[in-house]
Amino acid sequence: MLGRAANGVYWMARYLERAENTARLIDVGFHLALTRGNKASQEEEWKSVLITTGQDEAYLASAGDLSGAQVFNYLLRDRGNPASVLQMIENARTNARVVRTSLTNEVWEAINESWMVLRELLARPVREASLGEVLSTIRRQSTLVRGAMEGSMLRNEVFNFARIGTFVERADNTARILDVKYYVLLPSVAWVGSSLDNIQWETLLRSVAGNRAYSWLNAGTMDPRGIARFLILDGQFPRSLAFCYAKIGSNMAGLAQQYGSAMPAHEQLSQAVSWLNGLSIEEIFEGGLHEFLQSFIGKTSRLGEAIAADYRFIA
Amino acid sequence: MNSVGGSRFDEMLHEDGSVRSAYSDFREWYDTQDTTWLRSQDAEAERFFRRIGITFNVYGEDAGEERLIPFDMIPRIITAREWRKLTRGIEQRVRALNAFLQDLYHRQEIIKAGRLPIHFLRENEAFLTQMIGFTPPGGVYTHIVGIDLVRTGPDEFLVLEDNARTPSGVSYMLENRETMMAMFPELFTRIPVRPVSDYPRRLARSLQACAPPKFNGGAGSRPVVAVLTPGIYNSAYFEHAFLADQMGAELVEGSDLRVMDGRVQMRTTLGYKPVDVIYRRVDDNYLDPLSFNSDSVLGIAGIMDVYRSGGITIANAPGTGIADDKAIYSFMPDIVEFYTGEKPILNNVPTWRCSEADSLAYVLDNLAELVVKEVHGSGGYGMLIGPTSSKKEIAQFEAKLRARPDNYIAQPTLSLSTVPIFTKEGLAPRHVDLRPFVLVSPDGIDITPGGLTRVALKEGSLVVNSSQGGGTKDSWVLDE
Repeated sequence: MLGRAANGVYWMARYLERAENTARLIDVGFHLALTRGNKASQEEEWKSVLITTGQDEAYLASAGDLSGAQVFNYLLRDRGNPASVLQMIENARTNARVVRTSLTNEVWEAINESWMVLRELLARPVREASLGEVLSTIRRQSTLVRGAMEGSMLRNEVFNFARIGTFVERADNTARILDVKYYVLLPSVAWVGSSLDNIQWETLLRSVAGNRAYSWLNAGTMDPRGIARFLILDGQFPRSLAFCYAKIGSNMAGLAQQYGSAMPAHEQLSQAVSWLNGLSIEEIFEGGLHEFLQSFIGKTSRLGEAIAADYRFIA
Repeated sequence: MNSVGGSRFDEMLHEDGSVRSAYSDFREWYDTQDTTWLRSQDAEAERFFRRIGITFNVYGEDAGEERLIPFDMIPRIITAREWRKLTRGIEQRVRALNAFLQDLYHRQEIIKAGRLPIHFLRENEAFLTQMIGFTPPGGVYTHIVGIDLVRTGPDEFLVLEDNARTPSGVSYMLENRETMMAMFPELFTRIPVRPVSDYPRRLARSLQACAPPKFNGGAGSRPVVAVLTPGIYNSAYFEHAFLADQMGAELVEGSDLRVMDGRVQMRTTLGYKPVDVIYRRVDDNYLDPLSFNSDSVLGIAGIMDVYRSGGITIANAPGTGIADDKAIYSFMPDIVEFYTGEKPILNNVPTWRCSEADSLAYVLDNLAELVVKEVHGSGGYGMLIGPTSSKKEIAQFEAKLRARPDNYIAQPTLSLSTVPIFTKEGLAPRHVDLRPFVLVSPDGIDITPGGLTRVALKEGSLVVNSSQGGGTKDSWVLDE
């Protein structure tokens, strides 16, 4: 396949994943703000959502007011925001158009329909009363696209590049969510062990759709190490860092198999996987969770660059 | 025959209001359908087109704004007998076009014979000196041709325009049929309509039959075909992607290609791979920044050298635009006769070349009755339709015409045939044209039954171009 097409498929998947994750973050911000009585701590919640998506500076420069409706409208649909959900869905669709010949009709139609539905839905400002419905539509559309990919695509290079894009993005997003929650709410490692706000932790799990799974695995008890272990090292939870790396690994292996040879990116990945799998949660806390997450985010980003270079995404 | 308000030919109804035989089965079906249901199907068709993304971009509008070409669900029906005559005429014309191009770029017999004044070549940008003395692989210049036809009477089809560069619209022909079959399957069980769906396979076969000399056809290997598109912001991008997909060909942009080792190669995830045949949907000017427009970022530097040394086939060949130029068009009857030795089966629309003093005088005297077109224009832009223009518009156009007469040709305002469209008030006649699609390969000429019918949706309007609010219809050729 063309290098440009591989690039398009990869970024299509990344934008779709990022749009969905942004919707999840908004959901959490909204729930947290509802549970916080006073205005200042509500604003603090919305600010942490903006930090997680890397949009705090741009937002504060343009708006400044941290009221919920203003923040979530900015994140969902603001024309001046190049990373709004609407813009990411458009980016995903633009990439899908570029690689249209690499996609099945079902996948293309699912993406095109998502774009039409969301464009209509986000044409006007979203009110608090309809936010829940909007967010669940975003998640549902994203699920439809995933289902179309799962159900209709050949398990070839195209599929593998798309999946690699999905999991590189997801690994990055989960790491950022964790990092912001630690960084903002629990600035020192010592404090992590001593103070615990159940609601904060539950919403953190919720933002990666892991609250039910975690409760089920841990019989409802909440402790920060257990949650961190779950989100970083659990091999079954589809949004954990270890799970994302394992998936990138199997899709990279698929590429090596189809192409008959491994690339430098394969070696880079296998080193990153050994590093992650060699760590216990205690070691991670000892070395500093923030430092670990920064290191993870850096490795993931360099892995993405190596894949792009090895498979000639750009000339 | 040529003036507005004269008798016009309706393809469904006789003058007394009775139904012509071509439409009798269809009307029988239509008259038994529930109108409410038809209306809902009509709305359904639009949703269908939006969902699968059959849209086009309009230049000059907001980036990313995509429009739908309106689809009308009443088919345009052509009988087997009518189609037989049309195909003979089209085939003759397309053969003549290719012979003409071969001659122009070699011995120029037609000029020596005094049938075409040489200044029509010399002053024409579409004539490419880079093509002189070169014969494209398989001797084919126009691999894909669209012949625009209009009908003015029971047996009168006229050629309005030849499209010998990169005719577009074939994806609409295919999707219109798909849509009709999905919406009204029972129609196709009642009425024998000749299929069109194998067009992409025929196109692929036709292109593969023109492999360049350097293609090394090992055991069972087939030439690699790629569709070259200017990219997603081109108005016909949907069609480029559609055809590549249906042919199983790569859809490439200029940035994917580079010249290496005497071949044109595309950047794949595993390195560079040679391409054998390029179905290009970019203009000559943008094809090779080394040979033509040096600012082009759409093309491939050095592709013309590879072409001339037998490393690639370019479809259509560069320089074919000279054959569909509107000034050359006026010579087509002569051209057909010169190369085939036969009288043209399909006639031209009478055409005045404004470059000639007598013609110009006539055109200036009769502007209010004529259609005046730019010689190199297309898409319905830059033309004057005398009968529907105001005095002021005519005066403005006259100034342009006097300033550069050789930039224009004029034709009578034809009374185009009408075909019914579906409206809220029922069936209503609208003017149409027809673009059949023709494939040329060393193996022969292949015409897909039907083509694209474009329809002016406004009552009385003669402009069918999609860029000017025209729509399309499914076009049926009935089986014997």
